[in-house]
Amino acid sequence: MSLPDAAAVVLWVGVTFYAVFGGADFGGGFWDLVAGNAERGERPRATIQRSLTPVWEANHVWLIFCLVVLWTAFPSAFSAVMTTLYFPLTVAAFGIILRGSGFAFRKSIEGLSGRRAAGATFAISSVLTPFFMGTVVGAIAAGNVPAEGNGDAFSSWLQPLPLLTGAIFVAGGAYLAAVFLVGDARRAGEADMERYFSRRSLAAALVAGALAVIGLFVLDSEAGYVHDRLLSEGLPLVILSLLCGAVAFAVLLRGGRRPLRPLAAGAFVAVIWGWGVAQFPYLLPTSLGIDQAAAPDPTLTIVLIVFAVAAVLVLPSLALLYTLSQRDLLESEH
Amino acid sequence: MPPLDVLPLAESSNLLAARNQMAWTLGFHIVFACLGVALPATILTANYLGLKRGDGAAMELARRWSKAMAVTFAVGAVSGTLLSFEFGLLWPEFMDRFGAAFGVAFAIEGIFFFLEAIFLAVYIYGWKRLGGWAHFWSGVPMVVTGIGGAFSVVAANAWMNQPQGFTLDAAGKVVDVEPLKVLFNPATGYEVAHMILAAYMVAGFLVASIYAVGMLKGRRDRVHRLGLLIPLTIACLLTPVQLFVGDIAAREIANDQPAKFAAMECIQETGTHQDEVVGGICTEDGPKWGISIPDLDSFLVGWSVDTEVTGLNDIPADEHPPAKTLLHLSFDTMVGIGSGLFLLALWFAWAWWKRRDIPATPWFLRLVSVSGAAAIVALWCGWIVTEVGRQPWIVNGYMRTSEAVTQADGVWFTFALVMSIYAALTAITIGVLRAMSRRWREAGAEEETGLPYAPRSEPAP
Repeated sequence: MSLPDAAAVVLWVGVTFYAVFGGADFGGGFWDLVAGNAERGERPRATIQRSLTPVWEANHVWLIFCLVVLWTAFPSAFSAVMTTLYFPLTVAAFGIILRGSGFAFRKSIEGLSGRRAAGATFAISSVLTPFFMGTVVGAIAAGNVPAEGNGDAFSSWLQPLPLLTGAIFVAGGAYLAAVFLVGDARRAGEADMERYFSRRSLAAALVAGALAVIGLFVLDSEAGYVHDRLLSEGLPLVILSLLCGAVAFAVLLRGGRRPLRPLAAGAFVAVIWGWGVAQFPYLLPTSLGIDQAAAPDPTLTIVLIVFAVAAVLVLPSLALLYTLSQRDLLESEH
Repeated sequence: MPPLDVLPLAESSNLLAARNQMAWTLGFHIVFACLGVALPATILTANYLGLKRGDGAAMELARRWSKAMAVTFAVGAVSGTLLSFEFGLLWPEFMDRFGAAFGVAFAIEGIFFFLEAIFLAVYIYGWKRLGGWAHFWSGVPMVVTGIGGAFSVVAANAWMNQPQGFTLDAAGKVVDVEPLKVLFNPATGYEVAHMILAAYMVAGFLVASIYAVGMLKGRRDRVHRLGLLIPLTIACLLTPVQLFVGDIAAREIANDQPAKFAAMECIQETGTHQDEVVGGICTEDGPKWGISIPDLDSFLVGWSVDTEVTGLNDIPADEHPPAKTLLHLSFDTMVGIGSGLFLLALWFAWAWWKRRDIPATPWFLRLVSVSGAAAIVALWCGWIVTEVGRQPWIVNGYMRTSEAVTQADGVWFTFALVMSIYAALTAITIGVLRAMSRRWREAGAEEETGLPYAPRSEPAP
């Protein structure tokens, strides 16, 4: 593997982690948003709060990781994306600020109305942020970002594929979140919450699946290159994703326990890597290749070293955090 | 040719909006970043005292501060994320041309930030169910990663002041990089040390000032006393070190960034026997209305009144930093506040040496209660000197800020939006922290007596 390709793999690993863990955190915000009035929504919101509190900041760092790797290893791609898709990216950036601070303030702010406002800010921005991030990914796949940047500010992403990708991001995050919350509710011994999120996982799976099928058709008309490779080189991963999703669905239907989470995450990861394979060897299909955009070798080497250090230090630390959190050694009400 | 008439105005307008947005969002983030870097050590000091001496008041402080840090760290993390976006949204040409070099420091910062976020979560949420010392040690990585993160980010900024470690092709794009030279550029040493010390001073004086206000209101219990003493001691111990490092930094800047130095000291003509002018405004004929100390500037730069200091007359007019009065006054304000805090530290040290107590006069507490705000003002002034003083360059000597700025529409709009969001965030953050402290105070009244080794509250002097 060439250095630029290796750096692209590092980027994609970061994207995968962010999509799974960050995506699930946004999904938690989605379920918070649709949980109903203060009375009806109290218990699901409490489950979401408990599950997100200790981990969301660590999960959020994957986004920083992706941004830094992108601008360091592929500076011209970063600049082209930023100068073209600045509108959705600005909304996403503001959404990140409002989501994080809304969540942090919600449990500390005084008074019910303040708490409600902070909660609503958290929940609404949890839906808007992944939607606009999705439009960015969709616009890139559709080839609407020219290699030299400064593409059209609106027609680049106000198209069926980017908008649909945004919807898929929201639905996918909601699906993952619901699946994760099923397990969290079960651990807390809340059988009714387990059923609550189980039903919602099934619904979200159906919606996300339907959107993905529509996506394949839209992909065909708007992103020929990605479409063709997704259904040839990427096909095994697409099938793997379908299989994981179908088995997870069956497990959910039977009210089964394991291995629900790995299956749901697997469906997600497989489709992300299928997408990566489909875009290869382009960062911006089909105008900017990985090799063309790559930084000089010493910079790419640093990126790989950083990734190796992260694999040795960060991944075990993350595993520790998740383990402590899953064993209820971390309290969410501090 | 109408476009030619219109274009420069539009461009300069974008530049002004982008520079303002960057300045305000950085100015907001940097206060929270300082807390993220320096609060962990303050908290762990209290935690250590609590565990080692069974001091319930110290333990209670550590617990409270970590709860406050949960809020400030979240705001710091998301406001830092906005900065990552802004690099691309506001300065795309800069990232395009120099991301390969500049990014090296940020790639390393990524690891530190990751580890800090992870261990911060373990520490903050591990109070109840992790064992005492296991919990303490889970917090130690925060201290190390906070310092490491500050090193990486400030090294990136230092590189913008003293760029090196890269080769450009004919188109001006980076074609080769020497990562170690990027990281350890000539400005890294003094900028990093100056900033980490500043972070500890901001956090220390800020926390101490909150308890000073409480003590002035007559709350003289052990929690308030320790809440004042622990952060104040840390900040006061580091203040003289900061003066020493700042002095070195100014001399280094005089040598390697003469335009910045000439602007901040308002030196118009190159020469020896330069006067040090305190305050006043900077005009083309030199400083006005300031207090002038003959030959001192030359002496401070080279330990001799015969030291030649470069003036703005030897720097091409289109490379002069803008807003020289702002730079001059910012520099003087920073030095003035730093010196004031040093005197405060001396007073504290003398009183402690004499009677193992803070000075009895309420004036001491009054000064401490404004020291936190003063430290933040000094921090902002320092960054104004660094950043405005580097203009018109974004990469000193290589790329002008005007070449780096985005062509996108709507920067004034996002600037206005970001200002209103951050104004609200500031108000809510302060409100939330005040509400926390009120709740602790109300709950504390009965808890206090139940603490294992807490001595009785001392009467107000």
